[in-house]
Amino acid sequence: MFDVNKVRNDFPMIRNNKDLIYFDSGATSFKPDRVIKAIMDYYTLYNSNIHRGDYDISISVSKTYDDTRKTIARFINADDPRCIVFSSGSTASLNLVAYNFGRNFLKECDVILTSQVEHASNILPWFKAREEAKANIEYIPLNPDATFDLKKYEECFKDKNIKVVVLPYVSNVMGYIYPIKEITRIAHEHGALVSIDGAQGVPHVKIDVKDLDVDFLSFSSHKMLGPAGAGVLYGKYELLEKMEPMMYGGDSNARFYNDGTIILKNVPEKFESGTPCIEGVLGMNEAAKYLMELGMENVEEYGRYLTRYFIDRLKNLDNVEIYNPESEAGIVAFNLKGIFAQDAASYFNKCGVALRSGNHCAKLLQNVINVTETLRATFNVYNTTEEIDRFVDIIKDTTIEKCVDSIL
Amino acid sequence: MMDREYKRIILLDHYNNPNNKKLIEDKRYKSVHNASESCIDDLTVYMLAEDGIIKDLVFSGIGCTISTASTDIMCDLLKGKSFEEARTILNNYENMVSEKPFDEDVLEEANAFDTLYQQANRIKCGTIGIHAIEELIDEYTE
Repeated sequence: MFDVNKVRNDFPMIRNNKDLIYFDSGATSFKPDRVIKAIMDYYTLYNSNIHRGDYDISISVSKTYDDTRKTIARFINADDPRCIVFSSGSTASLNLVAYNFGRNFLKECDVILTSQVEHASNILPWFKAREEAKANIEYIPLNPDATFDLKKYEECFKDKNIKVVVLPYVSNVMGYIYPIKEITRIAHEHGALVSIDGAQGVPHVKIDVKDLDVDFLSFSSHKMLGPAGAGVLYGKYELLEKMEPMMYGGDSNARFYNDGTIILKNVPEKFESGTPCIEGVLGMNEAAKYLMELGMENVEEYGRYLTRYFIDRLKNLDNVEIYNPESEAGIVAFNLKGIFAQDAASYFNKCGVALRSGNHCAKLLQNVINVTETLRATFNVYNTTEEIDRFVDIIKDTTIEKCVDSIL
Repeated sequence: MMDREYKRIILLDHYNNPNNKKLIEDKRYKSVHNASESCIDDLTVYMLAEDGIIKDLVFSGIGCTISTASTDIMCDLLKGKSFEEARTILNNYENMVSEKPFDEDVLEEANAFDTLYQQANRIKCGTIGIHAIEELIDEYTE
């Protein structure tokens, strides 16, 4: 296990904000020095465009950019770095997959099988795909606490023409790690492909795409200690080959002619039109290396430990309701009894604790857990049990009067 | 200026026991739905007006203390008022929450929000129902 105090010292946001308790890493994580240095180095030492210059600094930045595919492939245990498509983030990656299903992979009356825990970014693109292909969307029945029941899932395949299964690796509200390996095996047995939203999973859980056998995995740099503006679509090579880009422009084409013929580059370049977020990719490279040096097994274990620690402490309080007591991946959804989530979050802000309130972009989830809004505390490698203790002491003494006073 | 304790009592009273929170299915009412993009507040305000006078003003939906209490207080304040009087009150309220000069005499219990401007992330809570009311008046007077 890593030394958390040493880890904390790697993060300028921690060093510069001694009194802040940041429990909103699920929204975006802090960045370690080496990620920030990679971005600074790019702009101060070898600022140039990629894949275009015949001079040293451009060749050097192009190499680091392209090598990032190898780093990310190693990070998620993909064999072929060509399966790593860079995007602007999870949302762009998820849209690219859904767009291709809508235009090319789905036929009328085919079924998209998904769930009601999805983040907006993993459901709205599929609403559009359904429209485009005149396909149908069906929701997997989840347990009342939004945990996954493989049996109910398998039953969904009966007499249905399911072509794609769309799920998160980790629910962004509930923090459960879904059994993606089994989910994928069952989907493949029935001839369906699997697209996974890894935005909350990849930063916290050791991922092995070969073992999981998923067809697509999307994730963002900014939730895994890297900068915003960059992300990844991992896809199986033969599927990526069949896909078309959503955008056309420079760098993604090999040739084009007067008659409108376009010859695209190969996978993955054909998906990457225009100058990308170079600094973002270089920063993500360092973020992935940093996480690998900590060891993703350790990151996962530490996340599970903090989650368990917080839930166990909350369970002793009478004024708290927890919605995901079985959460594993650094996400705890809860409310203070009789206090509207946003009122509590505003009060916690006054007490120096940053966390999120609301429905967390998963607006269908209320159909499953019957709660419209929650507080959501999310942890990362730089959080500590001491911070949790301080927060639990604040929660213990929180009243609606104090919450109202915080705006008066 | 109201003291803090009095403001707290007003806010919690309107939050816990709102006078004007009810669902309306009467077709004579006009309604405006206003949902915050960034938080959960999701209110519908219903207005019945005749001859330029607000006869009834109520709301339904989900809201935090600030959105619920501010909407409820404003419903109390505006019922029975002419559109012109209502606009004066609403403008003063908008000025108050954006830290501009305002006439506290016309705002009565709504003065409980006189420091809301200091909480940038909560101003939207304190105006979500108010904007719906303004829209309703616009609809009636168009």
